[in-house]
Amino acid sequence: HMDLNQQNCTNDAWGAARSAAQVWLSLVVGLIMLPAMFGVSLGITETYMKVLIKTLKWATFRIQKGRRERETLKPSPSNGIIQRDDGSMEKEIGELRRSRPKRPDGGDFTLSDVFYFSRKGLESIVEDEVTQRFSSEELVSWNLLTRTNNNFHYVSLRLTVLWGLGVVIRYCILAPLRITLAAIGISWLVIGTTVVGLLPSSRVKNWLSELVHLMCYRICARGLSATVHYHNKQNRPRKGGICVANHTSPIDVVILANDGCYAMVGQVHGGLMGVIQRSMVKSCPHIWFERSEMKDRHLVTQRLRDHVNDKTKLPILIFPEGTCINNTSVMMFKKGSFEIGGTIYPVAIKYDPQFGDAFWNSAKYNMVSYLLRMMTSWAIVCNVWYLPAMTQMEGEDAVQFANRVKSAIARQGGLVDLSWDGGLKRDKVKNTFKELEQKKYSSMVVGDDSSD
Amino acid sequence: PLWCDKVLLRASRRVEIAYFSHSQITRLYSRFHSLDKGENGALSREDFQRIPELAINPLGDRIINAFFPEGEDQVNFRGFMRTLAHFRPVEDNEKSKGHDASEPLNSRNNKLLFAFRLYDLDRDDKISRDELLQVLRMMVGVNISDEQLGSIADRTIQEADTNGDMSISFSEFIKVLEKVDVEQKMSIRFLH
Repeated sequence: HMDLNQQNCTNDAWGAARSAAQVWLSLVVGLIMLPAMFGVSLGITETYMKVLIKTLKWATFRIQKGRRERETLKPSPSNGIIQRDDGSMEKEIGELRRSRPKRPDGGDFTLSDVFYFSRKGLESIVEDEVTQRFSSEELVSWNLLTRTNNNFHYVSLRLTVLWGLGVVIRYCILAPLRITLAAIGISWLVIGTTVVGLLPSSRVKNWLSELVHLMCYRICARGLSATVHYHNKQNRPRKGGICVANHTSPIDVVILANDGCYAMVGQVHGGLMGVIQRSMVKSCPHIWFERSEMKDRHLVTQRLRDHVNDKTKLPILIFPEGTCINNTSVMMFKKGSFEIGGTIYPVAIKYDPQFGDAFWNSAKYNMVSYLLRMMTSWAIVCNVWYLPAMTQMEGEDAVQFANRVKSAIARQGGLVDLSWDGGLKRDKVKNTFKELEQKKYSSMVVGDDSSD
Repeated sequence: PLWCDKVLLRASRRVEIAYFSHSQITRLYSRFHSLDKGENGALSREDFQRIPELAINPLGDRIINAFFPEGEDQVNFRGFMRTLAHFRPVEDNEKSKGHDASEPLNSRNNKLLFAFRLYDLDRDDKISRDELLQVLRMMVGVNISDEQLGSIADRTIQEADTNGDMSISFSEFIKVLEKVDVEQKMSIRFLH
């Protein structure tokens, strides 16, 4: 008797669970996935965003009120900590030497010359332009996520309740939803591209391949609650060109591929990534390099050049910084992509940190924990600007061309334009830069040699 | 965690705290924490060398050395602030009067002492010709010959040396630089 009852109970429980899962899945498919695949919007995300913006505005207001009551001024991180006097070495050391008579050749050494170097050194210890780019941007006002709660203190019960509610919504409702969508998106990509890959080469195959890619990237974008505003769509990258963009995270690929079809470039991976890569390449040409091939620069450039010269192939997507930066600046563009020839289509991507921090700090988080963090943020909001195409000008070498493109992207995205190498995230700075400083100083010591 | 240490800081009554406001200490602690890759509450020389702008500074190593007391390889947040306190602007002296009658860390004399110690490699309170040559070599790299550098060193010592011992003592150092605006040039101003 007892056993039968127990069995009935568990059967009922299983039945209930199965039907709940079915309802859940059909809701997801019907309300989110299908519209996403066809580029249609039902307005659910828009409503969610409106509610979210209102809530965050209220939260900011409450925090500011709380702050004023306690009368502590929080310095704005974007203004920097210290006053930096950006005078040149010549100007600064010249002022230090003001009290001495000028020598005939203009060169001199004084014991006070070290003041310049020590002040510059101490300034860089308190605040420098480079190391801050490799960690997440600090927020001016808390956005109700635990992870950004660094310098913010307890303000009120209502705010804490709101934060708690946020945790429940993000982890128990949004995250499972997004994970489901991402899983669907990736499986659809693998299956779809494999199926399309079985077709013979033809215009139909290409069209189908583009459709499959677009659909699955759209699903993945929904899987991150990505709200992307595309500007200047008339400048969108065309076939046979090279699309370059600033790099903040692996999500950049999803953001861009949500609106157009690109040929991806990258290293061959194992595991799930490898499966995705192999199936993608079946339906349309992407460029995957073995680790050993990456070291041979000529081979890399030649393969890319071959792809670009074939005007029927999709534009290549490249991130010339070579590593993820925190979206407050654009760092040095490696010249390799600019030596291939072909038209460059620059794209600027700027994320709104208020809704979620998109920067992948690969030293702190691996790919899986990073993706989970993405899926438990409020949303990913960003602006994408398509800039007019650029080509290498007469008498301009690859480095100058790269810098020109970098400045254009930085200007459009409102990012700081830096010449420092993104590789400084992991590597030491090259000695040649120190030697440049030494050379500059030497000419101040020796003076103008032409006067002998 | 970050907030724990701040509680400890607030409870502390150390002299260094007098040189910085509460918000400045918070910012400096954030900075200290971000430089401390090993997360052990202290910075090593490698942590400093990871700052690119400091690594390309010709006197980078000497400046880093100023943070580390004799024979030690680690500097904690107190020591970090203590060295930075030398560069506080001089007019902020009201806060720093207090615990003992000795001179504040950011006085003109102590700023000059900081610079003197950049030259005085063996910490014997004298800048010898050899030490001057080594520091000069750090600053100019390979761009000036040994002979020329030697004559520059000789000339400098000759100008400064008043007691004829062919080296520069701290008081001779102060005398040579009496006309230089040390307070302005060796100060870092916070924005808040």
